[in-house]
Amino acid sequence: MTEDKFKYQGVGREYQKELLTAWYDRVQSAHDNGRKVAYLFVPGNIAEFLRVFDFELVFPEVNALQCGVRKTSGNLILKAEDVGYSPDVCGYVKNDIGMMLAGNIGPSGHQMPKPDLLLCTYCGCTTFIKWFEALAHYYDVPLVMLDVPYLRSGTLEAEDRQYIVAQLMELAGVCEKITGKKYDHDKLVEITKHSAEAEDLWVQILHSAKHRPSPFDSYFEAVFFMAPIYVLRGLPECTSYYREAMKEIQERIDHGIGPIPEEKFRVVIEGPPPWPHFRSFWELLKKWGVCAVASSYSKVGGFWDHGFRHDPSRPLESIADYCLTCYTNLNLAMRTDLLHNYVEEYSADAIIIHSVKSCRSFSVGQADMREQFIRKWDIPTLLIESDLADPRYFQVAQLRNRIDAFFESLEHKRLVNA
Amino acid sequence: MTFDEQIEHYRQIIDDVTFPTVKEWKAKHQGGKVVGMFPVYTPYELPHAAGMLPVGVLGAGGRIEIDHADSRIQSFVCSIARSTLELGLRDMVKDFDALWFTSICDVARNLSGVWQSNFPHQQVSYIHFPQNMTSPAAAIHYRTELKKLLGNLESLTGKKVSDADLAASINTYNRNRELCSQLYAVKRTTPWLLATYEAYVLLRIGTLIPVEEHTRILEEVIPQIGLRARQPRDYVRVMIEGSFCEQPPLELLQVLEDAGCYIVDDDLLMHTRWFHSNVEVNGDPLMALAQNYIGNSTYSSVRHYGNKPRKEEFVKKIRSGNIDGVIFSAPKFCEPALLDYVVLKDECEKQGIAYLAFEYEEKMGVFESIRTQVETFVESVMFFS
Repeated sequence: MTEDKFKYQGVGREYQKELLTAWYDRVQSAHDNGRKVAYLFVPGNIAEFLRVFDFELVFPEVNALQCGVRKTSGNLILKAEDVGYSPDVCGYVKNDIGMMLAGNIGPSGHQMPKPDLLLCTYCGCTTFIKWFEALAHYYDVPLVMLDVPYLRSGTLEAEDRQYIVAQLMELAGVCEKITGKKYDHDKLVEITKHSAEAEDLWVQILHSAKHRPSPFDSYFEAVFFMAPIYVLRGLPECTSYYREAMKEIQERIDHGIGPIPEEKFRVVIEGPPPWPHFRSFWELLKKWGVCAVASSYSKVGGFWDHGFRHDPSRPLESIADYCLTCYTNLNLAMRTDLLHNYVEEYSADAIIIHSVKSCRSFSVGQADMREQFIRKWDIPTLLIESDLADPRYFQVAQLRNRIDAFFESLEHKRLVNA
Repeated sequence: MTFDEQIEHYRQIIDDVTFPTVKEWKAKHQGGKVVGMFPVYTPYELPHAAGMLPVGVLGAGGRIEIDHADSRIQSFVCSIARSTLELGLRDMVKDFDALWFTSICDVARNLSGVWQSNFPHQQVSYIHFPQNMTSPAAAIHYRTELKKLLGNLESLTGKKVSDADLAASINTYNRNRELCSQLYAVKRTTPWLLATYEAYVLLRIGTLIPVEEHTRILEEVIPQIGLRARQPRDYVRVMIEGSFCEQPPLELLQVLEDAGCYIVDDDLLMHTRWFHSNVEVNGDPLMALAQNYIGNSTYSSVRHYGNKPRKEEFVKKIRSGNIDGVIFSAPKFCEPALLDYVVLKDECEKQGIAYLAFEYEEKMGVFESIRTQVETFVESVMFFS
């Protein structure tokens, strides 16, 4: 991929790093520059709305996952356990609180500012509430709740949308008080235009995995490529990122190349990655020529597959729809159907469920989903367990055995059916 | 039956995981419908108004082996979720026509989906409780939610529920809550007259029988409590925090009391005294329930409390109950209780309130280590506080 004929390879990773570093720089100096800081969660985040008031945004989950990748999460988790957190609760929460107790130096070495607003988007995870209640306790900052009803009936209900819009309008008053800036609807329209443009490009990248071989790994690469759509959405540089990233993908399609030398198995992956052992996990699958052609984790913060875009003609309603339809807010039947559809849409051979102890929102029900994939649709499904933040739960030998046995049997089946 | 015989009798019914009272009720009410209620709080008034029997589905309390549910729910999930599903997979909940789960935690929420996929013949409703306690839109939204739930029930019975039916049910439950609160008043003022184990049995039986019957039982037994010939002991006054969903083994409650504690307050079976005062109906009964949920509910780890930190209510409860110490008793893997524990114990430390923490599971059978911990705690509170 480094030959001269390739002009764009590596752009997606490098440009992302550059943008995230610049973002962390802005966050670190926010208060010095007279900007207010809002803490919020990735799923169903209302970045567009907060950008109207020029908040700098901090996503504690992103800090936690980056600590995982940089292998600092283990010590931070222990720090939180020292003050009383149980070994059995969410590792992201413990990573974040451990980081705060250790002086709040972020994963990239930046000093994290104290929040001026703790905005808890209750979007598919009840632990979010407990997490921000704890932060309100430690920082002594008021917590504002944006209550997002779960898609319990399997469809988006008009009254849920209205409820969120009403709360957004109330939130506008809170934000005005904190920042001294008035709510500006025209500004929100402009911001959502940027979002929609970036979303179009991101979906093109996700859909590129329908090619054979897939030019893109929708799990192991997507987790890096998706960062700007979640943390920088609504800013012009987010759109510019996806324009460049798409060039990298197009170049791969043009040359028939992908993330692995030879694609042997196409899989759909459900669940968050084991961040502290991300590389090892990828290697366990790479050796079998596995490419993830679709994943649920890349939709954790927002779901655009079925045509949703932030809509400048109805920005508030579309923000509400965005919150309601992110993957974590879909009910189990919707999640099961979605993954099943991915198998068909992306011509996948199997489903891998990576079940993490930290996140019951993701994991409870996954074993039942596996039953359905296997019994109802005859889709080979592998369920493995570790964690997204806590390095103690990643048992490499055990995972290798499970993964090897699974792909050996798929390979055998293929030979027999050939 | 004497008071003690009644407790023993109810205890046997509670211990029977085959839901004998549901079978009896169904035999008496041909075509009657039963709705299972997963903890912590659910609006029991709705199925009651629809002529149904609401019944608490609170796990199996360690009385069955988990053989089937293990293949559906991972090992790092609380026992109440696993044993409840096991009850379903063993056909022990087959007499139920509907099940209600609520937004108390991600496990309960996802269990609703697992239930729906495994038992498609039962109507499963998932209730989204409002979490934004400062928004005027929250009550309106929750009222719509209640209306939908009522619609689900009406589709089962084929009959409309009137506002008058709802108002009558709200009054029926008001009366029942008053009596449940009276039991707790007895525990606070004269804890030697009523063990928590006994109070628990008296409340728990109410999750299995018609509310009118339960009210009658309480009306009969409450006056008897004052007549019991029991003397106060030199015990410390404690409060249990964290046992609001998964039911602790009854033996555990007994161990705490035997070790020298009067449990004068707790968060067991919170639905029986969820509202601070009666739900007043002036007009729309569903709106009355919605507004009371937002403005008149007890503090709980499964209900966000708006801008007022929960720890303030927690301390208020300790001070007003003249409580010497807190026992944080949380089910293993219960995130709402375990996450809140840190914030609440910090407050205990700040306020100089003694506390002890441990975890329990349904299957727990040996309590000696907890007994030793509690005895040490009691001594430290008695002699060093």
